[in-house]
Amino acid sequence: MLSEEELQSNVSVASSSPTSNCISKGGGLKVHNYFGLSDSSSVESSTLSCGEDDKGTISLKATELTLGLPGSQSHARETKLDEKPFFPLLPSKDEICSSSHKNKRGFSDTVYTEKNWMFPEAVANQSVVKKEVTTNIPKGQLSTTNNSSSPPAAKAQIVGWPPVRSYRKNTLATTCKNSDEVDGKPGSGVLFVKVSMDGAPYLRKVDLRSYGNYGELSSALEKMFTTFTLGQCGSNGAAGKDMLSETKLKDLLNAKDYVLTYEDKDGDWMLVGDVPWEYMFIDVCKKLKIMKGVDAIGLAAAPRRMEKSKIRA
Amino acid sequence: MNYFPDEVIEHVFDFVTSHKDRNSISLVCKSWFKIERYSRQNVFIGNCYAINPERLLRRFPCFKSLTLKGKPHFADFNLVPHGWGGFVQPWIEALARSRVGLEELRLKRMVVTDESLELLSRSFVNFKSLVLVSCEGFSTDGLASIASNCRHLQDLDLQENEIDDHRGQWLSCFPETYTSLVTLNFACLEGETNLVALERLVARSPNLRSLKLNRAVPLDALARLMACAPQIVDLGVGSYEDEQDSESCLKLQAAIRKCTSLRSLSGFLEAAPHCLSAFHPVCHNLTSLNLSYAAEIHGSHLIKLIEHCKKLQRLWILDSIGDKGLEVVASTCKELQELRVFPTDLQGGGNTAVTEDGLVAISAGCPKLHSILYFCQQMTNAALITVAKNCPNFIRFRLCILEPHKPDHVTSQPLDEGFGAIVQACKNLKRLSVSGLLTDQVFLYIGMYATELEMLSIAFAGDTDKGMLYVLNGCKKMRKLEIRDSPFGDAALLADVNKYETMRSLWMSSCEVTLGGCKRLARKAPWLNVEIINENDNNRMEENGYEGRQKVDKLYLYRTVVGTRVDAPPFVWIH
Repeated sequence: MLSEEELQSNVSVASSSPTSNCISKGGGLKVHNYFGLSDSSSVESSTLSCGEDDKGTISLKATELTLGLPGSQSHARETKLDEKPFFPLLPSKDEICSSSHKNKRGFSDTVYTEKNWMFPEAVANQSVVKKEVTTNIPKGQLSTTNNSSSPPAAKAQIVGWPPVRSYRKNTLATTCKNSDEVDGKPGSGVLFVKVSMDGAPYLRKVDLRSYGNYGELSSALEKMFTTFTLGQCGSNGAAGKDMLSETKLKDLLNAKDYVLTYEDKDGDWMLVGDVPWEYMFIDVCKKLKIMKGVDAIGLAAAPRRMEKSKIRA
Repeated sequence: MNYFPDEVIEHVFDFVTSHKDRNSISLVCKSWFKIERYSRQNVFIGNCYAINPERLLRRFPCFKSLTLKGKPHFADFNLVPHGWGGFVQPWIEALARSRVGLEELRLKRMVVTDESLELLSRSFVNFKSLVLVSCEGFSTDGLASIASNCRHLQDLDLQENEIDDHRGQWLSCFPETYTSLVTLNFACLEGETNLVALERLVARSPNLRSLKLNRAVPLDALARLMACAPQIVDLGVGSYEDEQDSESCLKLQAAIRKCTSLRSLSGFLEAAPHCLSAFHPVCHNLTSLNLSYAAEIHGSHLIKLIEHCKKLQRLWILDSIGDKGLEVVASTCKELQELRVFPTDLQGGGNTAVTEDGLVAISAGCPKLHSILYFCQQMTNAALITVAKNCPNFIRFRLCILEPHKPDHVTSQPLDEGFGAIVQACKNLKRLSVSGLLTDQVFLYIGMYATELEMLSIAFAGDTDKGMLYVLNGCKKMRKLEIRDSPFGDAALLADVNKYETMRSLWMSSCEVTLGGCKRLARKAPWLNVEIINENDNNRMEENGYEGRQKVDKLYLYRTVVGTRVDAPPFVWIH
């Protein structure tokens, strides 16, 4: 796990923008809160949490690197901020990022860390940020962090019940999904996909329909594969609707962490998190794989067809 | 004792085909044992870990057909973790090394690899028939080996398997000279099919009787296929999305009219509701109809179709048919023997259209009914008692009330009396699945009356160990007992250890048995494999002193003559 000092120094390198409006009371360091680590999930909030910190202390949350799946807490960003990502891998994305103030997604959701799953809960335990987290995180986020293992309340499923073969469940689910428009009925049933992990001795299966967003999926996978993970990264674990930042990929790679990928209908392996959960991801995801970060270099993010409609102001 | 030469006896034995009967005659005397073992053609192994290939070959050196079953039944519902076992590879390797002239292999719930299929395809010159049911671990590459190398293949029947579809050209691997295809079922493949290769294959297969297509075969291809194969008996339709009066649809209707031998219809995985009318001309001959995957067809279209099917013996359907639809079935299908009604809404959202009324209607209208699987939201004792009176001939009775512990919805009583009536009336009952709110009382009834019962599935039922004891003590013919989420513990498990020698297997998950109890059982019964499947690291099951309190999450025990298996993964502990 990156130490606080490292976090601070990393952030300080980039925070040279004079337009930053987050100035720590300590006066020295200008924190460029473009990860929006803090509680500032609400769209309208433009004040950044670091200002609330104690004198001289930079909010840990504000300085932490973040990466998360869409469905992570969104981080409002000032339009005025010059939002150059740290390690731009794909220049074109930067433009999209800055022009549409895309939110970086929470780190923890993609990274499976050793023992200490860096979820918002864990972050919240750090006294520095505790009060901010608990006061400002939206309800949806809280429920995810505190009950990261439970599926949505409406679908409290017992394993293996009703006693219907997975083959049947999957087949019916595919059929229903394809006919959604015809009937106007919501897709019923379940959608089990295999989940593999590099180095794990056996695979698992998850029902994509039992999750409402990427955050829930990733917490469930974290629970399943917790014994196999290595590597460490800091996180903030915020959860909102966020798009993947490729810039975080390099951090992942450097820290030898894992990324979540999926195989789409064309047989291509894609990085999870780019496309909207409900309308695209569930339809195209055939299999999931937790890859070592190093193996994920070069993985293309899915084309951003739908993003404009999903942009939050 | 023997007045006839061996050849004559052997000839007589040829007429004895049931496994049970052959097992019985082999016990009569040494001479019959010997004759029988050399003449047995079909070997059935219900649990692949009860015996090994070497002993199989020693006993039956001349068999031609092998049936193997791997994982326990509850594996169908994701209760058995991936990697548990059931690998066919060692069997195929052993058979390949021997001289056995294998012609047929039927596998259920086993792990099959492409390597296994390749070896199979190369090792047996006269191999004719491959039937895989609920298997996994292989891809279309394995199918390509079978297609390429099995010159005399007649049946390739893939039922509900998990196959990695590489969208390859496996269908075109059948050589142009190959014309002996009788059965081809690839409905479970998800990917695109080489339609040209498929059509050419069907066109050069005059003996083709059964063809089940996957979702990716569209309407126009179906029309062409049926035009090539009017002799077809069993058809699985893949995709059926088209405009009602399109040219393809008309061609299909013309082709269907020529299929006078068609007796069995299934599939409709992607289907527009209006399409069923094309099949009306052949409905009067249908004996088997499986529309349980046709989620898009419901209501009036379904009923219209069924009204034509007066000779139906087997019907698999979704609960969207509703009680009203079942009443139509009851009044039309007087020959019905087997009915399965599957749930559409798997989240238990309460949208089921079938209730106890549908079940009662069927029982009243179909005197020949002997097998039923019925998913519903609610049931009453009164309905079950009526069903029992109407249908004393049940051999298989499986009722699944979707909500666990649900009582009689009218009286709020447990459903003990209803199931009790079933077991009392149905003297030939061999398979029973119970559900809803049930106390120990129902098991008392089962133990008392279900004398022929061979397989019992229990979920969320019972109060104390007495329930399980009633069953173990009473059902002399019990072979497979599977229990989940019921309060039965060590006392019941250990009461009669020798009972398990008469059974194939026992499954208990989320019950009250402890590690200590399992270990005691294993010590008392060395001829049993007592497997504890433990996926959680948290249960430190090794620590002594806690065994008596450490609950076992999943217990699977089975009799075996070959001891502990060597292929168990780390999360399975065998005592």
